[in-house]
Amino acid sequence: MLPEDLASAIPGAAAGSFAGYLSVHHPSLLPSPGMPPPSTPGVTGTPSGAGQLAPHATTIVAMTFPGGVLMAGDRRATMGNVIASRHIEKVFPADDYSVLGIAGSAGIGVDLARLFQVELEHYEKIEATRMSLDGKANRLAAMVRQNLPLAMQGLAVVPLFAGFDTERRVGRLFSFDATGGRYEEREHHSVGSGSVFARGALKKLWNSDLDEAAAVRVGVEALYDAADDDSATGGPDVVRGLWPVVYVVDAAGSRRVPDRELEAVARELIEARSSAGREA
Amino acid sequence: MTQPFYVSPEQLMKDRADFARKGIGRGRSVVVMSCRDGIALVAENPSPSLHKLGEIYDRIAFAAVGKYNEFESLRQAGVRYADIRGYSYAREDVTARGLASVYAQSLGAVFTAESKPFEVELVVAEVGRTQEADHLYRLMFDGSIADEAGFVVMGGAADAVVDALRASWSPELGLGEAVYASARSLRRASGERTDDSSGDRTPDASVLEVAFLERDPDTLRGSRRAFRRIGEPELGTLLQHGQDA
Repeated sequence: MLPEDLASAIPGAAAGSFAGYLSVHHPSLLPSPGMPPPSTPGVTGTPSGAGQLAPHATTIVAMTFPGGVLMAGDRRATMGNVIASRHIEKVFPADDYSVLGIAGSAGIGVDLARLFQVELEHYEKIEATRMSLDGKANRLAAMVRQNLPLAMQGLAVVPLFAGFDTERRVGRLFSFDATGGRYEEREHHSVGSGSVFARGALKKLWNSDLDEAAAVRVGVEALYDAADDDSATGGPDVVRGLWPVVYVVDAAGSRRVPDRELEAVARELIEARSSAGREA
Repeated sequence: MTQPFYVSPEQLMKDRADFARKGIGRGRSVVVMSCRDGIALVAENPSPSLHKLGEIYDRIAFAAVGKYNEFESLRQAGVRYADIRGYSYAREDVTARGLASVYAQSLGAVFTAESKPFEVELVVAEVGRTQEADHLYRLMFDGSIADEAGFVVMGGAADAVVDALRASWSPELGLGEAVYASARSLRRASGERTDDSSGDRTPDASVLEVAFLERDPDTLRGSRRAFRRIGEPELGTLLQHGQDA
């Protein structure tokens, strides 16, 4: 039999997590070091108080289609009534077979995405195999929960996670809440300030046999509708030549849809809407 | 009370070094070779899952001989070091030189302070944008470190493999040719050791572990990670192709 301290090293090795290692040895490197909320109310005031301090990332939409999954995000970040960025990218490849989009506090969200990318690559290198899609979703949920103290102060981050399940051979979608709840979504989902309008559009535009090109069109159109009614969501910007960020994940892996394809889709959409000559 | 026998420090270090060398010499050899399209890593390894070659970071790989549990823990520590550094600074700030010197320090500390030295020998390889920028750092069990040029052979009958490779290596080799040359030399050396006369036949893909560090993974595969394992079907084709050429 192993001595007590050596035996306890075996379950200790079960967590090959990069974020877990950081939280023990280098907690200052984490996007949210898990500090308790300040006990003195009035410093940050209302829960939305801290939200005015930093840019806020807005709408992300995602949908499944036969053989894969698609995620699209607009390019705007806001700080109160000011547009903080027109160029921000909020959809990131997490690894070869998954992508994540972030809505909420932009600085923390971008760092969370970077940490999540390292987390997956780290696991792959240590274990010499990829993490399962459910495993990835659970790890992301744990990271979002770490941010709960900051979320209570108005700096919430709500990611949307999509990937191709290489076991079941289907695209899958996961949404999260600030407490680390993980929910598998069917068909389509959207998060962020314009998500209400985007979801309304998705309900009408999505159907179960979209091909990839049609899914790209639906994603761009849902973001267009979100931007139409939500001031914090940016539409396609023909003046500056800025188009949404769209990723597609299928059996061949994840790839970013090139800007020229998105430009064609966006221009066609704007053309169709203006020639219809209707109010909305 | 019994007094411990006096052992001179020279004798102590020599005993430890002999012990470690014996452990390393028992295993099979590994070749790490810089060539035109990147760095080829070739190991004699009958197990398809207990690797001797591993990915550390975007352009850095690890190769080891000796005791599996010891070099595996060093590999994992190296991956952790590289990921933390890349996450807290930037991806470009992770270098093979930094990692190799951390390894040298810990191997040296274990050699002098612990009751048993590590029975391992390592190579930390970094592929550059040009062949001149390739780095092969070789680390010994006592923490000594060498910056090698061209190719490195370690473990097993390393000298015999070096002799066999010296004639066939040139910086102009492609990755496939480098793998074939390495595999042949490994085979010839192990054939000599066991008095096996089949040393000149096609190398056997099933006992080889092969990986590449590709010089331009962005243009080849659209990935920033240069490390790629070469599995059974591709390896068989490479070796067959090498033999025909």
